[in-house]
Amino acid sequence: MMKFRFRRQGTDPHRDRLRHDLFAFSKTVEHGFPNQPSSLAFDPKLRIMAIGTKSGAVKVYGAPGVEFTGLHKETATVTQLHFLPGQGWLLSLLDDNTLHLWEIYQKEGCSHLEETRSFGLPGRPGFDSANCSPSITRVTVILLKSTCDVACLGTEGGGVYFLTLPGLALLEEKTLFQDEILQSVPDDYRCGKALGPVESIQEHPRDPSKLLIGYSRGLVIIWDQTTRTVDHLFLGNQQLESLAWEHSGKTIVSSHSDGGYMVWAVNSSCQKTQQPVMSTIPYGPFPCKAINKILWRTCESGNPFIIFNGGMPRASYGDRHCVSVLQGQTLATLDFTSRVIDFFTVQGTEVAEGGFENPRALVVLVEEELVVIDLQTPGWPTIPAPYLAPLHSSAITCSYHISNVPLKLWERIISAGEQQSPRLSSASWPINGGKNLAQEPTQRGLLLTGHEDGTVRFWDASAVSLKPLYKLGTANIFQTDCEHNDSLNQASEEEWPPFRKVGCFDPYSDDPRLGIQKIALCKYTAKMVVAGTAGQVLVMELSDEKSEHAVSVATVDLLQDREGFTWKGHDRLAPKNGPVAFAPGFQPSVLVQCVPPAAVTAVTLHSEWNLVAFGTSHGFGLFDYYRRNPVLARCTLHPNDSLAMEGPLSRVKSLKKSLRQSFRRIRKSRVSGKKRVNANSPSSKVQEANAQLAEQAGPPEVEMTPVQRRIEPRSPDDSLSGVVRCLYFADTFLRDGKARGPCVGWELPDPVCGCPWQSSLLPLCLLLLGLSGRVGPTCWWPYGAGGVFSLTHAALALKHEGCCLHLPVSALPRQLREKPPRDGPSRSDWCRAAGRLVSHAATVPPTPAAAHHGPTMWAGTNSGSVFAYALEVPSQEKFSERAVEAVLGKEIQLMHRAPVVAIAVLDGRGNPLPEPYEVSRDLAKAPDMQGSHSMLISSEEQFKVFTLPKVSAKTKFKLTAHEGCRVRKVALVSFASATSEDYAENCLACLTNLGDIHIFTVPGLRPQVHYGCIRKEDISGIASCVFTKHGQGFYLISPSEFERFSLSTRNVTEPLCSLEVSRLQDTSCLSNNFMVTPKLPQANGTHVPHSPEANHSPADSDRE
Amino acid sequence: AAALGPLPQGSRGGGSVVVSLTFGAEFRRFSLERSKPGKFEEFYGLLQHVHKIPNVDVLVGYTDIHGDLLPINNDDNYHKAVSTANPLLRIFIQRKEDADYSAFGTDTMTRKKNVLANVLRPDNHKKKPHIVISMPQDFRPVSSIIDVDILPETHRRVRLYKYGTDKPLGFYIRDGSSVRVTPHGLEKVPGIFISRLVPGGLAQSTGLLAVNDEVLEVNGIEVSGKSLDQVTDMMIANSRNLIITVRPANQRNNVVRNSRTSGSSGQSTESSLPSSTPNILTNFLQGEEESDEEDIIIEDSGEPQQIPKAVRSSESLESLTQIELHESTQNGFLPSSEINLNHSAGSISMEYEEHDPDHKSLEDGTIITL
Repeated sequence: MMKFRFRRQGTDPHRDRLRHDLFAFSKTVEHGFPNQPSSLAFDPKLRIMAIGTKSGAVKVYGAPGVEFTGLHKETATVTQLHFLPGQGWLLSLLDDNTLHLWEIYQKEGCSHLEETRSFGLPGRPGFDSANCSPSITRVTVILLKSTCDVACLGTEGGGVYFLTLPGLALLEEKTLFQDEILQSVPDDYRCGKALGPVESIQEHPRDPSKLLIGYSRGLVIIWDQTTRTVDHLFLGNQQLESLAWEHSGKTIVSSHSDGGYMVWAVNSSCQKTQQPVMSTIPYGPFPCKAINKILWRTCESGNPFIIFNGGMPRASYGDRHCVSVLQGQTLATLDFTSRVIDFFTVQGTEVAEGGFENPRALVVLVEEELVVIDLQTPGWPTIPAPYLAPLHSSAITCSYHISNVPLKLWERIISAGEQQSPRLSSASWPINGGKNLAQEPTQRGLLLTGHEDGTVRFWDASAVSLKPLYKLGTANIFQTDCEHNDSLNQASEEEWPPFRKVGCFDPYSDDPRLGIQKIALCKYTAKMVVAGTAGQVLVMELSDEKSEHAVSVATVDLLQDREGFTWKGHDRLAPKNGPVAFAPGFQPSVLVQCVPPAAVTAVTLHSEWNLVAFGTSHGFGLFDYYRRNPVLARCTLHPNDSLAMEGPLSRVKSLKKSLRQSFRRIRKSRVSGKKRVNANSPSSKVQEANAQLAEQAGPPEVEMTPVQRRIEPRSPDDSLSGVVRCLYFADTFLRDGKARGPCVGWELPDPVCGCPWQSSLLPLCLLLLGLSGRVGPTCWWPYGAGGVFSLTHAALALKHEGCCLHLPVSALPRQLREKPPRDGPSRSDWCRAAGRLVSHAATVPPTPAAAHHGPTMWAGTNSGSVFAYALEVPSQEKFSERAVEAVLGKEIQLMHRAPVVAIAVLDGRGNPLPEPYEVSRDLAKAPDMQGSHSMLISSEEQFKVFTLPKVSAKTKFKLTAHEGCRVRKVALVSFASATSEDYAENCLACLTNLGDIHIFTVPGLRPQVHYGCIRKEDISGIASCVFTKHGQGFYLISPSEFERFSLSTRNVTEPLCSLEVSRLQDTSCLSNNFMVTPKLPQANGTHVPHSPEANHSPADSDRE
Repeated sequence: AAALGPLPQGSRGGGSVVVSLTFGAEFRRFSLERSKPGKFEEFYGLLQHVHKIPNVDVLVGYTDIHGDLLPINNDDNYHKAVSTANPLLRIFIQRKEDADYSAFGTDTMTRKKNVLANVLRPDNHKKKPHIVISMPQDFRPVSSIIDVDILPETHRRVRLYKYGTDKPLGFYIRDGSSVRVTPHGLEKVPGIFISRLVPGGLAQSTGLLAVNDEVLEVNGIEVSGKSLDQVTDMMIANSRNLIITVRPANQRNNVVRNSRTSGSSGQSTESSLPSSTPNILTNFLQGEEESDEEDIIIEDSGEPQQIPKAVRSSESLESLTQIELHESTQNGFLPSSEINLNHSAGSISMEYEEHDPDHKSLEDGTIITL
């Protein structure tokens, strides 16, 4: 059998234990805004809020850090959510018409959310199921009574059902059908028509036994549950949308489908009310859209608040998503960019009789964000949310994580962010229930997201709640088609309705070229590089003062006069002429424009050397931002690659084409589907049979050619092979011997001239040549024997064998010691040379052994090429005098030609090199420059470690050849042990195209563990993944949500919180119920058990 | 026609070799010191001199003891030819422009009688358009069937050697389903199949793979449970040294083993069947370990070189120098020290084996099954 070098780990118990202490996988928390929210609920007593989504998830939020997540077993839209106030119970209605009861319960000091039971309303008894459509018992509205023992369900059929709580048992005898109501309705109103579905049920604010029930047709009744009589009738004639009580119970307000609302007086003396006290269509007189929900809140300071959504003039503003807040004469039309899901107000829970509600805040959930309006501050400013950040306010194009942010930078970013949005309210966050039990984060983590509209957003990712800190816009540097107006106060006085733009969700980018592709930030110097779709590379500096300056522009031609290429993609972005005003924060100093303006694919920054490197699909460049001049440009384009010149936009065109084709295909299949439906109609059974027969007899369906995959090695002329995938700066050993400084005669003088150096140096080079044995025979006897001295060969040998200088003669290879080469110098010559060398070396200032390391830059491409440049960087003081120089040191071609995903240099101890300034700021140990460095190259297929400076293969792991998966993201991660305080290991974490995460030792490249993390179909999730330095990571689970995961046992950020629940009822019987009906564990991928121990077992089974 | 009789003065095992030359219709004879054959260049010059064709490019071939026409184009095969001459060394010289490459190969001189005639009269081969294959010095294994002794007869393990990028591997794979015998009876399981062979590609030209062959393993790793994309990635990752185990759709051409019992032992049998490949193939497998892909490094302004494997610190300094010395031979440096000579001799003898006609015969056979 063939022996494959697949390294199956032996069972080393010590290593196994260590692995157990170091690695554990868990998905800890979801950051951002839930994707496709569908319902909202608020518990005024516990001050917590719940959001349901179309995928069946339930998320509960309280104070920052207090979060619960649950997922229905059914993947159905959560259409309604209702809290039992103060009870920690939550009732959800799915669009499959089932009710689910969730409980927040305490376990081991922490609160958890779990579904406890579910209920489906049976079909209406007494009706023939064949004639009665199932929608009759479809629940339209739910009211949980404040007594917390009964839920009232209004249905499509007009019946109202009652359920016990929290048992979810139907109280059949209490069911209220329309027939019962109709008895008390006057005949002329009834006129034989049904009342329609129940549209609203509201409990009387003072008398819990009385219910306000509204029917679609317009009839509103007050129903006394105890006496089972109709207390009051409001004979409305306009189609009803919603109802609300005035707090005192003396007035009700109803909203209607014509865009109007009516105020009705509740007069106990008269049983029937024909006309409302007031009826108005606020945005009339032209036809308006329905007002879907209305609230009436009394206010001590004056007029009550009337808050409603919808009701906009159909023709002119029918497409707006608005919530109107009306207080007396003050009207604000809050204009959202996405559909309004629901809204509620936050006010004091205990309102005395005759007191006022005094709402503090209005919370509006729209499809893409949550907006909270401070109702107590004039002007109704928005309150910034500490969580539910709309990450996707513009589509995320890249993300970047910085660990251990220094406090100084942190504070400067926060202050820049605060100055950015002065219009925000200073009111405290109103939804503040529960207690965050998680420890204060030990370090500050900053997550940067680049967006399609050219903004970079800074998020506080230290803890469970992802808080926005600062937003950096780059669009204002460029001339774009439409000017960006960030100011929200654009509405002029005359405009009607008085629209006010709220929220920040804005998916429309002015110009796709503004999109951010790559970000790099130095946390010590607050320098940042932001690179975008049109080849723009912006070097930025953090400034605490506002400034108005012109951005200097430098153009770097990456094609380097290669002939035969014409860029067919988009134009570069034109920078604005003249000075541009910049707010405090990151301000651009230089714009480096790549030509052709293809999207930047890699960027890196070295703030100590004042260098920024950037790459596109055509090549890479190096720029000195201190002197503001380009250092290097290199074209990586293969001569045959035509695709690289097309640019992304023209490729979009072809995508469009294929989309069109696939739509055509869908349409075609729909047509054929319809035909089949016709055949299936019951009247044409014969027809159907005929059709079937025809199908059999007819030509077999055109067989789609099966999906085929071509098996061919990568070749250098594959398209887009020149794309620069990674760039890296390192202070390491690249050039074997050639070093600046006082090393013995390494720069050979011209041997022909009678330079005095020559005689003393010649034996030296003879010695070196003798040692290396790698140059041709002409060099053996270069002087005196008539041979021509070959300077290049000698210099080459010197360079390669520079280290021999330190070798005593006894360390020479045995063969060379004993038998001098036939034609070369004799042994005595050698010894003499060595003696001269020693004496000469004594005259030279001593050079430390580490003298040969120096600044280097590395670039890896799509075709498996690595270019390494030695950089001549002047010392700090001389930056302005001397230019940086780059000399190509090495060029490595990986034979398998897979794209190079990452390059890193490991020091003598196998640790990754620290970041610039990290050592000088005492934040990292100095790297080991004594031992030999090695270089880790990670391609899409394998990991390889090479020695430096002489490149030879040390270790490798062929991931694709063994596992069939390809590397998507890699990072060097420091894993701290859970058991021993000061033990940590540097490992390589890798995310594959199958969504698995593998961890390898470094530099041994031994596989340690692997975990399934992301579904392999979730390409955007895999593409968005970022690892942190300490074993966590983020990836997008929807356009608006980051999933946070942890690979480390020590470094875990997960919600730990408690919620004090005071149940009104005796819960002992309930807990008994729990025992009787044990719940299945939640079968979902998003919810994570909170006890860290619970996670170990599945991870263990994954281990090798 | 060439009548080459034994020479009277030729003596077996003597110090000299009698060389008989045939160029077109001309014959020449001379003798050569067996122990000091000299270099091929010199020999080539001598041939040109003897035939008085100093500026004509020619191909030089000789018949070995088995009657095979084999090329002489470098020092190694020249030395081999001289050393195996018994005592007559028959040399055939052809003009390069009208050379018939197909003449070279196994059994050429005995089996195909008319080959000789073709060689001698280059204009006599109109019956069959000859297939131009590469120059004999470029001969190398293209594919092989391996591990015949350990695989079930219904399976075939094929190794494809991909050198450079001149010829595509040239095949496609697809999803499909195959029927397996399981404890529950026959069961349909998903599988990966070869869906297309590109005409002229390596896969097609070897004749060892065919459309609808089921792929079972890629370089020793089973593909069951892996998606088409995964298998594609694995094959591409191994494409420079691809070993595919297939269940051929056509089971009639399977290798038949005469001794089943020896099959599991891993020992190859002494059969005369063409299936006795393993002992040859293992030669190639030994060098397989890392030879498949050596990355290339270009030092500043230098020549591209293969990246060597790092030397473990435990290894002696001696081995380190050997590696360097070996490199020096690559640079065209002719070593003058004895140690260098020894080493380079070693490397030459390694190459020797590959060009050794005896051991090579089956490999060449696979090339000829075009």
